[in-house]
Amino acid sequence: MAIKQTSAATPAAVPERHGHKWLLSAPALIILILAASGPLLIVLVYSFLTPGNFGGVVWRFSTEAWFRVFFSRDIFDPEVVSLNHAHLAIFWRSVSLALQTTVICAILGFPTAWFIATRPQHTRAFWLFLITIPFWTNLLIRTFAIQEVIRNQGLINTTLMRLGLTDAPIQMMYTDFAILVGMAYVFLPLMVLPLYAAMDKLDIRLIEAGYDLYASRWQVLRRIVLPLVKPGFVAGSILVFIPSIGAFVTPRVLGGGRNMMLGNLIELQFGQGRNWPLGAALAMTMLVLVVGALIFYIRYVGRTEDAGREHG
Amino acid sequence: MRGASMAERRVRSFSITRLPGFGVIALATFVLLYVPIVTLVVFSFNAQASMSTWGGFSLTWYEAAFNNRQVREVSIRSLWLAVVASGLATMVATLAALATTRTSRFRGQTMIYALINQPLMVPEVVTGVALLIFFAAIRVQTGYSGMGYLVIAHTAFCIPFAYLPIKARLETMDLTLERAAADLYASPWQAFRHITLPLVMPGVMAGFMLGFVISLDTVVITEFVKAAGQDTLPTYMLGQLRRQVTPEMNAIATLFLALSVVAVTIFFVLSRKRA
Repeated sequence: MAIKQTSAATPAAVPERHGHKWLLSAPALIILILAASGPLLIVLVYSFLTPGNFGGVVWRFSTEAWFRVFFSRDIFDPEVVSLNHAHLAIFWRSVSLALQTTVICAILGFPTAWFIATRPQHTRAFWLFLITIPFWTNLLIRTFAIQEVIRNQGLINTTLMRLGLTDAPIQMMYTDFAILVGMAYVFLPLMVLPLYAAMDKLDIRLIEAGYDLYASRWQVLRRIVLPLVKPGFVAGSILVFIPSIGAFVTPRVLGGGRNMMLGNLIELQFGQGRNWPLGAALAMTMLVLVVGALIFYIRYVGRTEDAGREHG
Repeated sequence: MRGASMAERRVRSFSITRLPGFGVIALATFVLLYVPIVTLVVFSFNAQASMSTWGGFSLTWYEAAFNNRQVREVSIRSLWLAVVASGLATMVATLAALATTRTSRFRGQTMIYALINQPLMVPEVVTGVALLIFFAAIRVQTGYSGMGYLVIAHTAFCIPFAYLPIKARLETMDLTLERAAADLYASPWQAFRHITLPLVMPGVMAGFMLGFVISLDTVVITEFVKAAGQDTLPTYMLGQLRRQVTPEMNAIATLFLALSVVAVTIFFVLSRKRA
């Protein structure tokens, strides 16, 4: 039944009316508006309402939730206002862990992508496949796998103790370090893939020319390779940064209850916190951070691509 | 083509693409990527209840997983949800891809792209919270609390993943065949049925596979949307991870992993087929 509708659209080579294009796209758009875009608007509305006593909201306008995102009131005297240090600490942890994750992924991802891009054509697909398999493996399974490596009775600690390098296990679980390792582990493929795409397009003759003109390896890397793969770098960084800032599963499993990130703080408001408007305001804050990163990316890459065209 | 030149030249002038230390870091990265996964798989076959001391090969934990009624239940629910959601997503994404590719630009095209790609850009926690609020309101109004919420949430999330390979396939397809069909007096429907559809089919199947893997992988959205008794395999695992875990979890994870690898391999084979 669904396919019958498409018959009208088939000879797409000829210019035609556009009405049926909307008709064909409609089922997808309706689902997306119902279960993706529409609910986002509702979150925005909820962030300006008053919390109900047992979760939910009371339909009374209030900016209190947005106020509480950044500030807190004294329990005894609501007029006494101070910065909400607990929230600010969580914002800072989220941003800083996301940035650190991005840097680690870049340091490991750049040589890895280069390695793949310089393999002979017939083995390249194999190395790419090796990168893609973890990428499509369930995030939870990968987090679980990392947990098995770094926990107190895990692979690292038992090996160290067996070798006699340490008497007691080194506590890695439930620390920021654990979250960092976990996020770098699960998001690394997101850095390698766009970097590889950029390197694959790289004109090797430019490197040759560099060496012909007596450039050292370092100069070739810094003055030829890096500028040319920069768009891939930026794309990879954004792709790692965005899920890192929105991370929920990794900090929950590896960070335990105390080392929360923004995602966990949001969830808390819908669970024990029972403050839906605050949760909604925090969710909007996260969205602003992500959209900000995206806009930076679009502006930045747009500019570098223009610059590249001028040179080309 | 340009990609090939890199490898060819590498053979001729041997060290030109070599950068000191890069190979070592790259190989170390591959090792780091695979050590945790391989460890996980190996210890699922451990005869002991330990996840760090090897006590011999055994299938005890697979047996335990198969005999665990709850595991069976959540696995079946996950698979069912993935097939239904990815199937729906693939259907609507195919229609949308037919409408938005191989066409001159039209008004609102950018908006369609933005809507389709939205689930890729918004953090899952935010989408999860949004759906929690929205569905809670609907639940109060209608009293309905079935699997429909999870189905529509997963479908929306799978649409961009199903759409991409279908769009890619359509864009690389040979238009002359359809024109030839039209020249030979095929009706638009016949041309679609006998030319377009068979040609685009590998893309559609690839889209389905990708959507299937994504739905299986989705944990955050499910965690927020699910009602009591609607746990999927990932949310069940998330709940279990907070307790002391036994290698039974490794066995479940290994089976899950195998399923993803098979689906991704099929996706790769399908999307590499020449149009």
